Amino acid sequence: MFGIGDPWIWGAYLLCILSALLCVTYGLYNWNRGADEEL
Amino acid sequence: MYITVIIIIYLAITAFLGYLGYKKTNSAADYLVAGRKAHPLIMALSYGASFISTSAIIGFGGAAGQLGMGLLWLTFLNIFIGIFIAFVVFGKRTRKIGHNLDAHTFPELLGLRFESKFIQGFAGVVIFLFMPIYAASVIKGGADFIQSYFGIPFHISLIAFVAVVAMYAFMGGIKGVMYTDAFQGLLMFAGMTFLIIFTYSKLGGITEAHQQLSGLYTDPAILEQTAALTKGGFDGWTSMPRLGTPIWWNLVSTVVLGVGIGVVAQPQLVVRFMTVKSNKELNRAVVSGGIFILMMTGVAFTVGALTNVFFVQETGSVSLIAAGGNDKIIPEFIKRYVPGWFGPVFLITLLAAAMSTLSSQFHTMGSALGRDVYEKSMGGRGKSIVISKAAMLVGVLISTGIAWLTSFLDVSMAIIATGTSLFFGLCAASFLPAYIGALFIKRMPRAAAVWGMISGFVTSFFWIFFIHEKESASLQLCALITGKPSLVKDTLLAPLAMVDPIIVALPVSLIVTAVLTFALKQDLSIVHLEKCFSGIKAGKREIPGGATVRV
Repeated sequence: MFGIGDPWIWGAYLLCILSALLCVTYGLYNWNRGADEEL
Repeated sequence: MYITVIIIIYLAITAFLGYLGYKKTNSAADYLVAGRKAHPLIMALSYGASFISTSAIIGFGGAAGQLGMGLLWLTFLNIFIGIFIAFVVFGKRTRKIGHNLDAHTFPELLGLRFESKFIQGFAGVVIFLFMPIYAASVIKGGADFIQSYFGIPFHISLIAFVAVVAMYAFMGGIKGVMYTDAFQGLLMFAGMTFLIIFTYSKLGGITEAHQQLSGLYTDPAILEQTAALTKGGFDGWTSMPRLGTPIWWNLVSTVVLGVGIGVVAQPQLVVRFMTVKSNKELNRAVVSGGIFILMMTGVAFTVGALTNVFFVQETGSVSLIAAGGNDKIIPEFIKRYVPGWFGPVFLITLLAAAMSTLSSQFHTMGSALGRDVYEKSMGGRGKSIVISKAAMLVGVLISTGIAWLTSFLDVSMAIIATGTSLFFGLCAASFLPAYIGALFIKRMPRAAAVWGMISGFVTSFFWIFFIHEKESASLQLCALITGKPSLVKDTLLAPLAMVDPIIVALPVSLIVTAVLTFALKQDLSIVHLEKCFSGIKAGKREIPGGATVRV
């Protein structure tokens, strides 16, 4: 995948992209949450 | 002329933002935690820019040029643990408990949570004594590039570089540091985005570039150049090193785990969580934080490995040989292969990366010695801001001295990456168990936190100076006492000399902390614990007037 043979390397390459997407998704989903205490 | 104008504009904006921080700093809370009202984008960029320094771009980028794309596991941990887990799991409780206890620094958070002046003082001393090694690595990275690009002697580059950063960190406090960090973070993002687009497009696209890099390791001439590396476990730039070999241990234990886990307990990053007023800011900061780190370390490590294709095509030599040293791979690549106009832009990118990290380090060293050790643990009197500033100057001088000494060391040592890993690993072993307990384990007694920190620090210190040969050989204390670079050399335990301190010291401190938590009785009052965890317990609280909100 991605022109890389070793699954340990393309796996890391893929996980980097997926973990960045996780951050974006989590942040956007909770964009307006967490201000409750500002109670 | 072009480069001079760009640098003058950059420094002018940086100076203005530092001045803005100075003007808006009216109290110790402003100087140390930005009055707890930082904007989420400024906080996220400041966190990312402090996290990513020349160590990541030049030091670890150079390591990727030597060892290959296996370093991308560090990028994954940087994003998943360094951003997602750090913000979502650790950040929210750190912010809330920090607010509840009015903590201004990471050692103060631990000290107040466990009602222990010893914890605050001990953490402050560890930070003040060892952070200069990390700061010296960052200074060396910045000064190396200025020397390489402008031909200015190393010692002059070093002093000019430190003086500029110390000036605005000294005057502007954390507000000045965070404003300049955010500006520098944007520049870093732009510079690294161009670099990855340029590199991939020059090599014919993502797949084509990786295939060319894989192909290098089948060339007999290249195999001859990398023979020593291959003997150590290297298996090509698009493969992991062979399991259990010295290079595998270095990559996995020192670089990936040492830095990847160590980031959670970095005092200069933890304090960022205490600068925002609610969890909403942390949720929003996760978005820009994740993308920022991907574009920093992901790009540096990928481009670092791909430099081999460029160097081999032009010189016939792999990056390490063609550039003349691990820490020179990225600067030489920029100088030789990237369009002329981008050189100054990348210089600004690197200056921004180095300055943003260094200013945070200077600020943290100042608060560690000034507030945590002198003011709070020793009961010293005086104006908090003045004490922190005086302590910062001491830290700046020590860091500069160490950076100057590194110019006499062997260039093949990967000094920048080693110095960074050492500090990250030491912080994880010393602080992480107590930090986890402070945030999540209400019943953890003070003694468990104290002995967990001491056991982690002592184990780490012993392993660095007497076992892990990469460090013990260059520190020479073991050789002075025993005549051997490592205690385990030429014994049945010799493989332990390859194992990074964090692999041993962190489990030791976790076990000591856990055993004492369950063996000892709670010695903190219920009232104190209620104060610490106020507003954290899951459930609903009533707003006067009848409505309820989820807390």
